[in-house]
Amino acid sequence: MHLHHSDTFPDSHVHGSGTSSAAEGSGGRRRALRVGLGGPVGSGKTATVAALCRALREELSIAVVTNDIYTREDAEFLLREAVLPAERITAVRTGACPHTAIRDDISANLEAVEDLQDQLGTLDVILIESGGDNLTATFSKGLADAQIFVIDVAGGDDIPRKGGPGITSSDLLVINKTDLAPHVGADLQAMARDAEAQRGDLPTVLTAVKSPGGISPVADWIRERLAAWTAGPA
Amino acid sequence: MNRAALLVLADGRFPAGGHAHSGGAEEAVTAGRVRDVASLEAFCRGRLHTAGLVAAGLAAAAAAGYDPLLLEEAADARTAAPALRYTSRRLGRQLLRAARAAWPCAALDALATARPRGAHQPVVLGLAARCAGLTPLDAAHAATYESIGGPVTAAVRLLRLDPFDATAVLARLAPDMDHVAAEAADAAQRVQADGPAALPAASAPLLDITAEQHAVRGARLFAS
Repeated sequence: MHLHHSDTFPDSHVHGSGTSSAAEGSGGRRRALRVGLGGPVGSGKTATVAALCRALREELSIAVVTNDIYTREDAEFLLREAVLPAERITAVRTGACPHTAIRDDISANLEAVEDLQDQLGTLDVILIESGGDNLTATFSKGLADAQIFVIDVAGGDDIPRKGGPGITSSDLLVINKTDLAPHVGADLQAMARDAEAQRGDLPTVLTAVKSPGGISPVADWIRERLAAWTAGPA
Repeated sequence: MNRAALLVLADGRFPAGGHAHSGGAEEAVTAGRVRDVASLEAFCRGRLHTAGLVAAGLAAAAAAGYDPLLLEEAADARTAAPALRYTSRRLGRQLLRAARAAWPCAALDALATARPRGAHQPVVLGLAARCAGLTPLDAAHAATYESIGGPVTAAVRLLRLDPFDATAVLARLAPDMDHVAAEAADAAQRVQADGPAALPAASAPLLDITAEQHAVRGARLFAS
């Protein structure tokens, strides 16, 4: 398990559209940091969101937007696990195109983010979980200030080598389910090496988010990003 | 006259949230009423001459400069199903965001202030057309095209239809779209004198009923 530090925040200002994209929230306070979580189906995006909520909910005001593909399963899992009160979790439908809803046409997700902000008032972090997609999924800068890409060792240890925008450009790459590596014959060292080759200075975490303490490096990364976001120019 | 703006506004890639909506096609597919190219065409023809005509009339009137808040009431009166009112306002809110970025305009700002939770989508569409320098007939064309373009795309995804066959459905309905747009723009010319009652008020009861059924379905791909 390792975590490179990225201390810069080059894209902290969200550009473009509409009224909600400006960094200022209502009342001059900075709006919540929006973190997108993408990755293939079954890699552990929802488990990561759940673990992040458990790790951070005492110290931060958090809300979640899920982008379920077909059902409300992800939102309902989070509700069932009671990681956050129900009013802090919203589900968005994406019409069979999960990547469109986080990249090309972010309307519905922005609306969900705005509504959470309006209803809950002060929020520190909004986690936006994309529907399970492929290796090309990335979040628009109009929607997310930073993005986490979650893959897992059971999906094949060649995924970091294959690259794609999710692997190469995400602000944090989480290689999840390291506890399964011996059972599926995954070479963790190769995965870490390939990830570093693809990502340069961008950080990568190898962990198992469901294991005790497994979420800590991801939660620490969120804390860093939030500190940079809060300190940044409005 | 600024014709190219119509292509921007009517483009299915215009980021106004439409990609997540099927215009009732998903429920029709689930019920087995839309199952192939022929039944898709019949569905689209019915939708175009009812919901499409009503939307085109509202859009044309808004583009002509008629009071959008009065058109809001007219849209409510023509939208019986609560699920469809909700969908229309949500899509209107999303379109308003995109339109204000694309064609900044005091009229759009005023509507956003008056209706922070969203105005009816055809009203926003017409006002956006006006701010883009388009005519009422242009706005009506955008509304008619949108009324069946969304369902066709949804059907391609839901039924794995051949995309060429599906696009040919739209092409075959083009004369119908022209006719419906002209009728809507015609009605919009009378709205200043006769009020919103001059606008088309066709209804599609099956779309109303199935929209309500769809809204409470747990497993679905599209928001409407």
